[in-house]
Amino acid sequence: MPRINSPAELEAFREGLLSQRDPNKPCITLCSGSACHASGSAEVGARIEEEVRKQGLSDEVIIRKTGCHGFCERGPIVVIHPEGICYFQVKAEDVPDIISRTIKEKQIVDRLLYEDPDTSEKIIYESEIPFYKNQERLVFGSNGNIDPKSIDDYLAIGGYAALARALEWGPEKVVEEIKKSNLRGRGGGGFPAGRKWEGSRNAPEEIKYVIVNADEGDPGAYMDRSLLEGNPHAILEGLTIGAWAIGSHEGYIYVRQEYPLAVENITIAIEKAEEYGLLGKNILGSGFDFTVKVHRGAGAFVCGESTALMTALEGRAGEPRPKYIRSNIKGLWGKPSVLNNVETWANVPLIINKGADWFTQFGTERSKGTKIFSLVGKITNTGLVEVPMGMTLRDIIYKIGGGIPGGKRFKAVQTGGPSGGCLPEELLDLQVGFDELTQAGSMMGSGGMIVMDEDTCMVDVARYFLDFLTDESCGKCVPCREGMRQMLKILTNITQGKGKEGDIQLLEELAEVTSEASLCALGKSAPNPLLSTLRHFREEYEAHIKEKRCPALSCKELIAYYIDPEKCKACMICLRKCPADAIEGGKKLIHVIDQEKCTKCGTCFESCPPRFSAVRKISGEPVPPPIPEEQRTIAGKSKEK
Amino acid sequence: MDTEKIDRIIGKHDSEASSLIQVLLEIQSEYHWLPKEALERVSERLQVPLARIMHIATFYKAFSLVPKGRHEIHICMGTACHVRGAPRVLDAVQDLTGIKPGETDLDLKFSLETVNCLGCCALGPVVEIDGKTHGKMSPSDTAEVLKNYD
Repeated sequence: MPRINSPAELEAFREGLLSQRDPNKPCITLCSGSACHASGSAEVGARIEEEVRKQGLSDEVIIRKTGCHGFCERGPIVVIHPEGICYFQVKAEDVPDIISRTIKEKQIVDRLLYEDPDTSEKIIYESEIPFYKNQERLVFGSNGNIDPKSIDDYLAIGGYAALARALEWGPEKVVEEIKKSNLRGRGGGGFPAGRKWEGSRNAPEEIKYVIVNADEGDPGAYMDRSLLEGNPHAILEGLTIGAWAIGSHEGYIYVRQEYPLAVENITIAIEKAEEYGLLGKNILGSGFDFTVKVHRGAGAFVCGESTALMTALEGRAGEPRPKYIRSNIKGLWGKPSVLNNVETWANVPLIINKGADWFTQFGTERSKGTKIFSLVGKITNTGLVEVPMGMTLRDIIYKIGGGIPGGKRFKAVQTGGPSGGCLPEELLDLQVGFDELTQAGSMMGSGGMIVMDEDTCMVDVARYFLDFLTDESCGKCVPCREGMRQMLKILTNITQGKGKEGDIQLLEELAEVTSEASLCALGKSAPNPLLSTLRHFREEYEAHIKEKRCPALSCKELIAYYIDPEKCKACMICLRKCPADAIEGGKKLIHVIDQEKCTKCGTCFESCPPRFSAVRKISGEPVPPPIPEEQRTIAGKSKEK
Repeated sequence: MDTEKIDRIIGKHDSEASSLIQVLLEIQSEYHWLPKEALERVSERLQVPLARIMHIATFYKAFSLVPKGRHEIHICMGTACHVRGAPRVLDAVQDLTGIKPGETDLDLKFSLETVNCLGCCALGPVVEIDGKTHGKMSPSDTAEVLKNYD
C-alpha cells in the first residue's frame, strides 16, 4: 500500500475503493464484539465462512465481522445487507438455512427474527425494531457496518475526511468549531472539550500531549470498549485532530488490559494508519507529525481519574495529584496534556465533518449531541443505546429498553457508576443531561445505567458501591481511605441486621466529610450512592435498622427460605438441587428446610416449579416451625378422595 | 527462570523506565505471576529501585507475587452482575473450591479472583474461566462448569 500524501489523494483513494465495492452485493455482517463473542459468535463466523464456500458463493457474498451492534441481549447478531435483515441469537446450526434461504433464495428465516414481546409480531429490519428505532446512533451507528480491523472499511464510509478538513482549516478554526459545538467530556465530569483544548493550545510549552482515557472502570459501563473494539479509527482520527489543534506530536491511548480485543484492534488501527500516512511523519503531506502509543492499564479503577492516569503513564503507581494547576496546562511529565474520554474523541470527526451547527441540533440547552448509555441490570433489552441528550429516563428504559422483565416492578435506576446515584420512579421523567442528573443527586458519569427492580435492596446497593470504592481507593488521602472504610463498616452492619439507632446520622456526617475533604473525584463523589439512596429510599434503611427486615428480601442475613407445606408437592426438585443438603423429605414426603444447615443460596427458591411456588422468602418475622413429621406424608391423598 | 526471556521483554520496550508497567504486564502474562528473580532483573536493567517495582506490583490488580493455579476463575462483581445474583455465584464457587478471592488452592488447580466488570453485562452473572466467558450463571450451573476442569 503506497502512502497517501495529500487530501486529494485521500479522496481519489476513497473513490477507487468505492468503485470496487458494489453496494448491492449481498453482505453478511456478524457482530463479533465481546458480548456476542461470549455467546458463541466465533463458531457462527467459522460456520458462515464454511457454508459460503460449500455452497459455492465465495465470490458472490461479502462476510464482515463487525464490532458491537449494541443489542447484546440478543446476540450473536447477524445482519444481511443490502436489505438489512436482522437475525438474532444465531447458532452455528442456523447458518446453512441463512445461506441457502436468505442469501440464495431471498427468503426470510422466520425463527431467527426479532419478536416483539408485546404484540408477538415478527420484525425483519433493524430500523423497525423498537430497540433501534428510538435511538439516534451518530457515534455508535458505524460499528455495525465496518470491520474494525480494516482501514479500508473506515475509509469507505468517509473516514479521515474530517482530518483532511481539519488540516486544511488550521488549528485555530478547529478549536473554535469544537468550542462552538459545546462538546462536553463524556467520561463523567462534562467539562467543555473546546475550553480544555484552548487552554493547552495557548500554553507556551513546546511539548504537549493528547491522551485517550479508555480506562473504563465503572462497573456496568462498556460503551468505550465497544467503540474501541468496533470503530478504532474514529477515535484515532479524533485524537489526531485534537493533536493538530493543540500542537501536540505525541499521543497515548490508555486502555485496560482486561479489554484484550480493544487493545488488539486499536494496535492494528495504529499500524494501518501509519502505513497509509494518516499517522506518523508528514500526515497527508501537511508537514504535521503525530505518533500514538498504546499503554495497557494494569487494573486500578482510580487510574480513570485524569491525574492518576497520567501518573500511571509515567510508569508509576497511579495515584492522583492535587489539581492546583489543571492538567491541560501541567499534565503528563509536567507538560500541557489534553485528556478526553473515548466517546468524546469519537465525536470530534463528526463535528468537524458536519459542523457545530449540525451537532448542536441534538440535545438540550446545556448538553449537546448524543450520549451512549449501557442499559443493564433488570431490563428486558440489555445493551448499548445512543440517545440524544434530553431524552427522559422513562423513554430510555421503557421505549428502548422494553421495561422490566418477569412482570416485576421498577424500583430505581442507577446512573454514573460508583460516583453516581440511584433515582426512584418519581424521577423517571427527568431528562438525561449533565446538569439535570447532577441536580437530581446523581451524575452522567461514563453512562452506565443500571436498572433495579423490586428485588434489589437499596441499602445493599449503597454497600456494594462503597465496598467497590473502598477496595479501589488508592489510600493516598485520609478522608477517602478512612471515611469510606467507616461508612462501609456501618452499612455492612445494617445489611447484616446489626444496625443501631443513630447509624443514619453518623453515615450522613461521614459522607459530608469524605466528599468535602478528599483529594480527587473518587473520594469526593464516593458518598453519592449512599446519599441518593438515603434521600429516596430512607424507609428501607429504617426497616433494616429498626425491624431487622429487608423489604426487598435480598440481604442474606435478614432472610430465611421456607417451604409452604400447603403448597409443596414433594416433587424432589429442590431437595436434589440443594447444595447444602439442607432439605429433608422424600418421595411423597413434604419437604422441610433445615434452617441450621441452609446457606441461603436460593437454589430451592429458583428451582421450585412456578406452578407450585412453594418456596418463599421471609424477612423480619420468625420462620414458622416445621410441621410434625407424621403430617408430612402426602402419599395417596388424592387417590383416597 | 529464563533471564534471556526477561531481557527480550525489556528490550521490546526500548529499556525505558516509563515502560515499567508494560514490562511487568508481559512478564505476568508469560509466567502468570511475577517471580522475584524477574523483578530483580527488571530493576537492574531499567535502573528502577526494587522498592518502586514492589509499589507497582502491589498497587495494580493485574499483578501477582505468588504463583497462580492452572485455572484462573474470574467472577464478575460488576453492578449488573451484582443485581442479577453474582454474590450467590461467588458463594457457590468459594464453597466448591474452598478458596476465597485472591487465593490459590494447595494443588495449584484453581485461582479465584473477583473482577469489577467484564463488560458482558447482558450475560450476567458472568464467570470467566481461563479466558472463556460463561454467561447467565446460577450457583448450580457453576458447579456443573467447574467439574469440567482438572
